[in-house]
Amino acid sequence: MCMRSALLVALLCGLSGVAAAQPAKKHPAGPNLGVPATAEQVAGWDVSIGPDGAGLPAGSGTAAQGAAVYAAKCVACHGEKGAGRPNDQLVGGQGTIATPNAVRTVGSYWPYATTLFDYIRRAMPLVAPQSLSNDEVYALTAYLLSLNGVIDERAVMSATTLPKVAMPNRDNFVWAYKKP
Amino acid sequence: MAKPAELDAHESVAGNGLLHRRLFLSQGAALLGAGGALLTAAPAPAAPPEVPASMKTPGAALSGYGERSPHEAKVQRAAQGQPGAPGTGSSRTPLESLEGVITPSSLHFERSHNGVPDIDPAQHRVLIHGLVERPLIFDLDALSRYPLVSRIQFLECSGNSAALNGADPPQQTAGGLHGLVSCSDWTGVPLAILLDEAGVKPEGKWLLAEGADAAGMSRSVPLAKAYDDAILALYQNGERLRPSNGYPVRLFLPGYEGNMNVKWLRRIKVTAEPTMTKDETSKYSDLQPDGKALLFTFPMEVKSVITSPSGQQQMRGAGLYQISGLAWSGFGKIRRVEVSADGGKTWGQAALDAPVLDKALVRFRMAWRWDGSPSVLQSRAVDEHGTVQPTRAALLAKRGPAFRYHYNAIQSWSVAAAGGVSNVYA
Repeated sequence: MCMRSALLVALLCGLSGVAAAQPAKKHPAGPNLGVPATAEQVAGWDVSIGPDGAGLPAGSGTAAQGAAVYAAKCVACHGEKGAGRPNDQLVGGQGTIATPNAVRTVGSYWPYATTLFDYIRRAMPLVAPQSLSNDEVYALTAYLLSLNGVIDERAVMSATTLPKVAMPNRDNFVWAYKKP
Repeated sequence: MAKPAELDAHESVAGNGLLHRRLFLSQGAALLGAGGALLTAAPAPAAPPEVPASMKTPGAALSGYGERSPHEAKVQRAAQGQPGAPGTGSSRTPLESLEGVITPSSLHFERSHNGVPDIDPAQHRVLIHGLVERPLIFDLDALSRYPLVSRIQFLECSGNSAALNGADPPQQTAGGLHGLVSCSDWTGVPLAILLDEAGVKPEGKWLLAEGADAAGMSRSVPLAKAYDDAILALYQNGERLRPSNGYPVRLFLPGYEGNMNVKWLRRIKVTAEPTMTKDETSKYSDLQPDGKALLFTFPMEVKSVITSPSGQQQMRGAGLYQISGLAWSGFGKIRRVEVSADGGKTWGQAALDAPVLDKALVRFRMAWRWDGSPSVLQSRAVDEHGTVQPTRAALLAKRGPAFRYHYNAIQSWSVAAAGGVSNVYA
């Protein structure tokens, strides 16, 4: 069986004329059935936001606007002003992280503000994910950052401003995995 | 045949009645017989009829898809959802009710972040894009034509056993405490083949894997792992994945914490840096006592648990028992498992069922002649790198009381004189 697969690899490498130039691989060749994705297709699927803000869409929002969205769509699960219950507490907990009763919230724990936009847009509210407009997501992001004292309550969150928000606990995150 | 071996097999190897593992080899195994069977209280039944009813009438019809005996219906996963969100949470494998190392797919643990999606495979696609020469889309028919590999490997949620860092020992079964681990024969396409087809650019070092569920579950994975042994799994124990385990396709990363093995995989984006998703920063990071938090603690550490006898079970009086349990390590193979019947004072080496596979559950066994006195049973696994499973005290001293993930300490089961088995901190 090994001989047969080795033969197959050699055959395919020979036919393709490219793989042979690369270092030996432990995986076999595939049948190349992937269909090229257009830029439009990729843009429609690609909702993730990098910590540098890559991928943030147009739009903007403020804490005041976010308070209204929060009252309508978030408070039932996350409590008044992000106090939590029945689901995650989003506000407070500063000063507890190095204690036995650490309270991990957006303000006390989360290392990147961009993560907040990414997660709210893809997954919240729990009963209707991806139902919020980009402006609503920016507004909710601003509201939660403002409640946590991370940004000024009048600050406008957008693709330009959000990546510049310095989260207070960021420097307490350490990589356990050796950087590639 | 070899009578002396039979005698030797009963030699004590550690305190409080632990017997040599040779007891399970060759003719030794036969000696276990009735004494080795567990455990539920059952008075001697009346003798069954010499000709049971099942021999006097034709049995049930053939069927297209098998069901277990109705007498086994009580063997269930213990499910725990969040308030108002029944699909957000986990269900645990009833480890104490199973044997061998393969978890039946119907009892594989579940962990979902917003329910189990209903996905039509004909409509499902996997997109590979980002730092690649050729963004590509694959449908299920295409993926199924790629070379497949099969490996028996465990999957463990990084939150498994977390209740054991609480102040009081929770009174649960082995599965209730440790059942967020399961082991399957996973079959899928090596991700390296697909990445090569897309042509990863030199600056690509990570990938983002994203699921097609209502949480859009997403995690960053080092490209090195993707090229090493990651697969896009299509099959679990020979049949297509179960919906709660990612149907029709999931990422499978041998040895890595469960939630990285993104289910219902729809998208892989090659990136230069990790995306810093919610689930790799605010959730599955490991807060240390000094307030520092570790990102990217990927492999699950060496661990073991005795599944029989175990919490909430009942011994049937003094005599010969077989201690049976599971061991595993996300760093490789299990080298050995030691068992103690005296709360860790003395240890004997358990027998390991062959084959001992890389990053798979391993079944260990040990003969124990219980004298009926109160005892504390423990198991301690050592992996191929020599890493030893820590005691609970040592783990908590290192990690502090606030940690949530990667609990891998030694489990202690107390056996009371009356035969009841319970969870203790020892």
